[in-house]
Amino acid sequence: MARLCRFLFFFGLVKPLASLVLGLNVRRRHWLPRRGPAILVANHNSHLDTVVLLSLFPYRLACQLRPVAAADYFFRNRALAWFVVHVLRIIPLDRTARAGTVHLLKDVSEALAAGEILLLFPEGTRGEPEQLGEFRSGIAHIVKAHPEAPVIPVFVHGAGKALPRGEAILVPFFCDIFVGEPLHWSGDRARFMDQLSARFHQLAAEGEFPAWT
Amino acid sequence: MNIPLTAPFLGVLLGTLALLLLASALAFLLQRRHPERNYQELHSRIHTWWIIAFLFLGSLLAPRAVTLAFFAFISFLALKEYFSLIPTRRADRRVLFYAYAAIPVQYFWVYVNWYEMFAIFIPVYMFLFIPLRMVMIGETAGFLAAAGTLYWGLMTTVYSLSHLGALLLLPFPQGRVWTSEPASGAALVVYLAVLTQLNDVLQYVWGKSLGRRKVVPKVSPGKTWAGVIGGVATTTLLAVLLAPYFTPLTRRESVLAGLLIGIGGFFGDITVSAVKRDLHRKDSGAILPGHGGILDRFDSLTYTAPLFFHFVRYLHF
Repeated sequence: MARLCRFLFFFGLVKPLASLVLGLNVRRRHWLPRRGPAILVANHNSHLDTVVLLSLFPYRLACQLRPVAAADYFFRNRALAWFVVHVLRIIPLDRTARAGTVHLLKDVSEALAAGEILLLFPEGTRGEPEQLGEFRSGIAHIVKAHPEAPVIPVFVHGAGKALPRGEAILVPFFCDIFVGEPLHWSGDRARFMDQLSARFHQLAAEGEFPAWT
Repeated sequence: MNIPLTAPFLGVLLGTLALLLLASALAFLLQRRHPERNYQELHSRIHTWWIIAFLFLGSLLAPRAVTLAFFAFISFLALKEYFSLIPTRRADRRVLFYAYAAIPVQYFWVYVNWYEMFAIFIPVYMFLFIPLRMVMIGETAGFLAAAGTLYWGLMTTVYSLSHLGALLLLPFPQGRVWTSEPASGAALVVYLAVLTQLNDVLQYVWGKSLGRRKVVPKVSPGKTWAGVIGGVATTTLLAVLLAPYFTPLTRRESVLAGLLIGIGGFFGDITVSAVKRDLHRKDSGAILPGHGGILDRFDSLTYTAPLFFHFVRYLHF
C-alpha cells in the first residue's frame, strides 16, 4: 500500500508537478549525491521545495530521501501523518521539546547507516517568501556525528513564489536550483555554520533575483 | 488529422529531415576538423532543433484538439517563462493565476471556431479584467508597471501565438490545394512556421558571412543590415516557391507574405532581445538546450503569426 502510494506520488504528482507545471533550471546537477549516506541541505520557502528536490533524483534514490520535518506541523491529523510517514518517509523532529534532539539523532543515524539521504531545511520554517532566513545550528550536531556523509547545499528559487506559506493556490513559475560544492565537517560548529551560510548566500547571489515584495 | 500526408507535407518533412541531417553532419565535421574547440553549444542546439521540428510537425498529424492543446502548452511555457523573468509583485499572485487561466479559454475559442471571441477575448476582456482584479487586491505601489508588464506578456505569449492555432481553422478553399481535406489550414501553419524559423537561421547565416553595419546595436549587436536584407530576400524567395503548395496566395501576394514574415520575424526577435537586455539576461530561460528559453525560439512567431494570419484571412477567407 505505502509502496504503491509512493510510486503514484512520485510519477503521478512529483514528476509532472516539477517538470510540467513548474519547470526546473538545474545548475551543477553532477554535485547531487548518487548514493547515500549524504546530507542534502536546502533553503525552505514552500511545500514545493520537497517536491522539487525529490524530482531531481531517479525513483530508486528518491525513495531513499528522508526529509527531516516538524512533527507538530505534519502530525496534525491522521491522514496527513500517515502520508508523511509512509509516503514521504519523513524523520519527525519535535520542535517543542529539547529531548526531541536525542530521538532525532538516533533516527538520523539509523537512516544514514542504512545508506539513505537526509534532507534538511536548517531555516527551520518556510518563513517569508523567497528570503533566506537564519540557519539554526541543530544541523551541526548531525553533521558532527556523521563526518563521513558529505553535505550538499542546494539553493531553490521560485518555489516560494509558486506556493508561499499561507497560500492555497499554486501559480506556476520556473524554479532555479543551484547545487553548491559539497561541504564536510570542519571540526568546529561555528565555523561549519559560517561556511554553510556563506555558501548559501553565494548561491543566492548567483541568480541576481530581484526582491519579491 | 489536421493534415493529410500528401506530397507537399511529405516534402516539408523530408526537407526538414535533410536540413537537420546536413546541420548534424556539418557540426560533426567541424568537430573532427577542430577537435580542440568546444562545439557543445552547437551540438545541443542542433539536437534541440531535431526535437522541436518533429514535435511540431508531428503535432499537426494528431487530431485537432491535440494539436491545439500542444500549441496551448507552448503558450503556457512561454508565459511561465515571461512571468519568471520579469519582476512581479507578490500582491499579483492571483492576477497571474487568471492570466494563466486565459490560455485554455483563448484556445477553446479557437477549438469551437468562434472567431469574434477569439479576436477580442484578450484585447478586450482580459485587458479590462487584469487591472480590475488588481484594483480589488488594492496594492497601488507599482500598479502601472505591473498592469503593463502582465498584459504585454499575455498579448505576446498567448494572444499572438494563438494565431498559429487559428490558422488551423481557416477553411481551405476547395479546388486549389489538397482538395481531399478541404478544412486543412494546417498547411498554412506549416508554411508560416517553416518560413519563420528558416528566416531566423537565414538572417543569422547572411549576417555571419557578410554582415558589418549593425541595425540596432544597443538592442541586439548581432543583427546586421546584410543579415536582415539577405535573410528577408531569401525568405521571400522561399515564400514564393512554397506558396502554390501550401497557401491560396497568388504570386504577387506571396511576395508580400514573404516580406511580412521576414521583416516581422526580425522585429519579433529584437523585441524579445530588448526585454532580455532590459532585465540583464542573456537567455529567456534554459528549457531548450543550445537555444535558451521558449521565448528565444518563438520570439519571431509572436510577430509573424498574427501578421500572417490577418494577411491571408483578409485576402482569401
